[in-house]
Amino acid sequence: MSENTMTAKGLVNGLLKSSRALVFGTALIAGSMTMLSSTHAQAEKILRIGNDGEPQSMDPHFISTVQTSRISDDMSLGLLTYGPDGQPVPGAAESWTVSEDGKTYTFKIRNHNWSDGTPVTALDFIAGWERLLDPELGAEYASLLYIIEGAEAVNTGKEGAKIGARAIDDHTLEVKLTAPAPYFLAQLTHQTAFAIPRHVVEKYGKDWVKPENIVVNGAYKLVEWLPNVHTKLVKNEEFYDAANVPIDEVIYYTYEDRTAMQNRFRASELDVARDIASEQISWLRDNLADSLRIAPYAGIYYYAIRTDKDKFKDVRVRKALSLALNREAITDAVLKTGELPAYSFVPPGTGNYTEPAYVSWKDLPYAEKLADAKKLMAEAGYGPDNPLKFTLRYNTSENHKRIAIAAQNMWKQIGVEAELFNSEGKIHYADLKVGDFEVARAGWIADYNDAQNFLFLGEERTGPLNYASFDNPRYNELMLAAENEGDLKKRADLMHQAEAIMMEAQPYIPIYYYVSKQLVSPKIKGWIDNAPDRHLTRWLDIAE
Amino acid sequence: MLSYAIRRLLVAIPTLFIVITVAFFMMRIAPGGPFDQERALPPEIEKNIKAAYDLDKPLIEQYAIYIGKLFQGDFGPSIKIRDFSVAELIMAGAPASMQLGLTAIAIALVFGVGFGTYAALRQNSAVDFAVMGIAMIGIAIPNFVMAPLLSLVFGLYLSILPTAGWGDGEIQYKILPIIALALPQIAYIARLTRGSMVEVLHSNYIRTARAKGLREKLVVNRHAIKGALLPVVSYLGPATAAVMTGSVVIESIFGVPGIGTYFIKAALNRDYPLVMGVVIVYAVMIIMLNFLVDMVYGLLDPKLKSN
Amino acid sequence: MMNKSEKTAMLEAAGAPVEIEGRSLWRDARIRLFRNKAAVGSMIILGIITLLAVFAPLLSPYAYDQIDWGYIQEGPNWENGHIFGTDGNGRDLFIRVLYGARVSLAVGLLATSVSLVIGVTYGAVAGFFGGKIDNIMMRFVDVLYSLPFMFFVIMLMVVFGRNIFLIFVALGAVEWLTMARIVRGQTLSLRRREFIEAAHATGVSNFKIIFRHIIPNVLGPVIVYMTLTIPQVILTESFLSFLGLGVQEPLTSWGVLISEGAKVIEASTWMLIYPAVFLALTLFCFNFIGDGLRDALDPKDR
Repeated sequence: MSENTMTAKGLVNGLLKSSRALVFGTALIAGSMTMLSSTHAQAEKILRIGNDGEPQSMDPHFISTVQTSRISDDMSLGLLTYGPDGQPVPGAAESWTVSEDGKTYTFKIRNHNWSDGTPVTALDFIAGWERLLDPELGAEYASLLYIIEGAEAVNTGKEGAKIGARAIDDHTLEVKLTAPAPYFLAQLTHQTAFAIPRHVVEKYGKDWVKPENIVVNGAYKLVEWLPNVHTKLVKNEEFYDAANVPIDEVIYYTYEDRTAMQNRFRASELDVARDIASEQISWLRDNLADSLRIAPYAGIYYYAIRTDKDKFKDVRVRKALSLALNREAITDAVLKTGELPAYSFVPPGTGNYTEPAYVSWKDLPYAEKLADAKKLMAEAGYGPDNPLKFTLRYNTSENHKRIAIAAQNMWKQIGVEAELFNSEGKIHYADLKVGDFEVARAGWIADYNDAQNFLFLGEERTGPLNYASFDNPRYNELMLAAENEGDLKKRADLMHQAEAIMMEAQPYIPIYYYVSKQLVSPKIKGWIDNAPDRHLTRWLDIAE
Repeated sequence: MLSYAIRRLLVAIPTLFIVITVAFFMMRIAPGGPFDQERALPPEIEKNIKAAYDLDKPLIEQYAIYIGKLFQGDFGPSIKIRDFSVAELIMAGAPASMQLGLTAIAIALVFGVGFGTYAALRQNSAVDFAVMGIAMIGIAIPNFVMAPLLSLVFGLYLSILPTAGWGDGEIQYKILPIIALALPQIAYIARLTRGSMVEVLHSNYIRTARAKGLREKLVVNRHAIKGALLPVVSYLGPATAAVMTGSVVIESIFGVPGIGTYFIKAALNRDYPLVMGVVIVYAVMIIMLNFLVDMVYGLLDPKLKSN
Repeated sequence: MMNKSEKTAMLEAAGAPVEIEGRSLWRDARIRLFRNKAAVGSMIILGIITLLAVFAPLLSPYAYDQIDWGYIQEGPNWENGHIFGTDGNGRDLFIRVLYGARVSLAVGLLATSVSLVIGVTYGAVAGFFGGKIDNIMMRFVDVLYSLPFMFFVIMLMVVFGRNIFLIFVALGAVEWLTMARIVRGQTLSLRRREFIEAAHATGVSNFKIIFRHIIPNVLGPVIVYMTLTIPQVILTESFLSFLGLGVQEPLTSWGVLISEGAKVIEASTWMLIYPAVFLALTLFCFNFIGDGLRDALDPKDR
């Protein structure tokens, strides 16, 4: 038989060989396609967050709302940054040293780049702070950095002022403070202390934050901002820790209507809703218990009393008003969203502090508190034939209204006739600032985790933010001493004494400590409830 | 006709000017400013910010600056949403509001005229009251109740439409907002149509047409409707404007990125430039629409033509 | 919410001048009105609601600002007397709906009256004098027409505070424009009639002519417009309440109640349903009555 003849054996062999090749080839192709498709499926982890307010700006110096700061936290890496549990951890600074007197910090900035490949240097941070403090920029949060030497002078336009920060070299940053401030490190996580890409800001000016120009050093970069719709961020491949960032894209949808946002969450159109419709809390507890997240939040809700008005000068009156409020009824029956009754001005667990200075009557049963209140009012000269009358002001919100109604009702029992007055936000706060009120609702959320950030509201030198016009010389003394005290324990003790004075005097009637409320899909991994309520997307993951 | 048109346009300019001036001063007189908020600003900071926005200058000077910039087409930056200028925000939001609004009006016209005519032809019967009753659901239920109801029923319970949002502008996101916007207009237009239809059906020229032995359908469609539509036409102007600027409620509840929300939110936020921008857009639209409507009305109404 | 032109057109068609032939015409209209079953039914229902509002305190064991601490935001319960349930503060909803009726109806009536007074006077004067005065006055109305009303009402509420009287005035000030246009149109055609000329000839002062002869003759369309404006105003007030600019605590209105209820449609449905039903009923009634009046006063229908 010649070689050219196709024998049956040859045919079968040929077929076998080619079919083996075919099978092998198909397997190869199928295998690689599966691998490709599975990596493709893994490649697109998109986190959809419902944000309860439209962002103001992508420029960290123009941000003052918490909703906007969430987005900027994802885009920028401060010297320190928020860890998975919301506590400050090294960020752009990989280490630092503090001088003996606590006033000089030296940061070692890690080797990392902006998203366009340009290295991040100490000069970028200094440029950022100088820009923030430039009076012409009009940055709302500039005062947060006043702890840095020279900052206040620069910001108030004083001639020849300079901030006390210098770049020893590209990766070493030295900062001098006006006083030993243990909270300085925590402050560096805030967007006011972020660096700016000098090369980009110089080139584009105000337009540097547009999606086509913006350059960041954080885990995510802005790609699209449709006003009132969404803000889209994608993973920054130049981020120094990009390998450990699971989520590829995060979209912040703006929903000011809490119910609408909640409904989208229920329909699985959102993975996270950063606020809930509080009026529906019972329903939520019954139906969405696995997604509902309520955690203590560093903030205090209180009524401020104009202590310089005649009717409120008598401390017995103020104490009576405070005693008569059944805080437990307010938190458990009216609010029902897990807020805790507040008997101190500083929330428990606040950083660099001791146990808060609670009022002495904190644990009395309500009936006794009420009786004491009535007695105090009588001593102060008020009674059924001489009722105390004043106006209780609050800004428009369902919750503020309900609490005010409850308070009015409770005060009626001690013969107080409180008239309710509701104004919309801007008017309320404008009037608070100039002291145009008798008793008014106010709230304070901590900017940084330190008791001073609450107690400064009682200092006379604070000015308009001290709504009650509280002026106690001993209090002022103690707070000033604390500011200059380097020893943490002594400092905490001084502040504790100050708080005790404030709680005796009750210029502010504390009502409850805030809680953060959100809905988080069970698919999300790594969401740790924390008091600063910071949940950077880089620490999160989505389970398949 | 042409001279009438020119006269109207000439009147429009001072009208617009007055609108702008009144709006400007009313906003500034209102207590509270854009930077009054829970976390009050220290005085030095406030001073800096106000200077950056010219808010520390005397009111008249601010007004002059604003008018000057307006003439150059500069509506200014938004105080609250800092990365966008007012012009950018309005241009971003206007298409959505207009799409929703125009579609809603078109739907309202079809259904409203339909219901109204149907009811008018059966005047005072049970059908009349029933049809009108249904048509009037739109004005008996405020839109801030209707919108969440629609969202709940169709979005959550029946899951056939998204509860809220805009996606990339796909049609399923538009359906519920359009319905919510259209319902009140259906009611008004139905009532209007019924009212004037009843009028027209009793009028002399219809009686004549019937006496001449014309078929009822012809009578209605050819003769009656044209006359009956006049009031509907004059209603269209303000109706479209109101709907187009976006119902504040609808856009807020459904998360529609239109300019309706700017209206109220900007006013409450004291975002002066944005408020002014929206007011101007609204005023221009109404003036133009009223003008258009009057022209159409003039064409339709034989009585006016002879004037 | 804007149907001024609707009303203008409708009423311009409806209100051909009615000579003062004495009461027989009005009686005629009244007979026709009472033949309209929907209108009659509406009047009865409105009457009932009004009575409920007036006698509200007698109808419930609870005061409208009384908090029932053991029964906060709970549903209807005949045993403890909360037949409509309670609101977010534990206040009885039934009594609050009735008190809300007081405020909503009052706002509707008073605001409409304000618009009536301003609009009729303005329109009659403009129409009567005609010519240049009419031109200027109507141009002014045109200018006002182009203002975004919601915005100005909101600004008014914000600038001057949230007094309930201010709400009447603000809402009334917004609604008078169409009234003025209607009355002006009517007046224009009226003043060429013989009886007006006769009055002129006998030396009756302009002022007296306006008030004694013109205004009574435009009453027909005006009354129809009033009944159609009232529901309009009530709805606008509810919208203001939704924005947080309505009446101050402890007063309440249907708008306030419905706004609160809309937030908890699923969780506490009763908080929405009861005030909404009352509101819807009232609006329907006013609208049916208005339509009925329009039909009744329509001369061509005879």
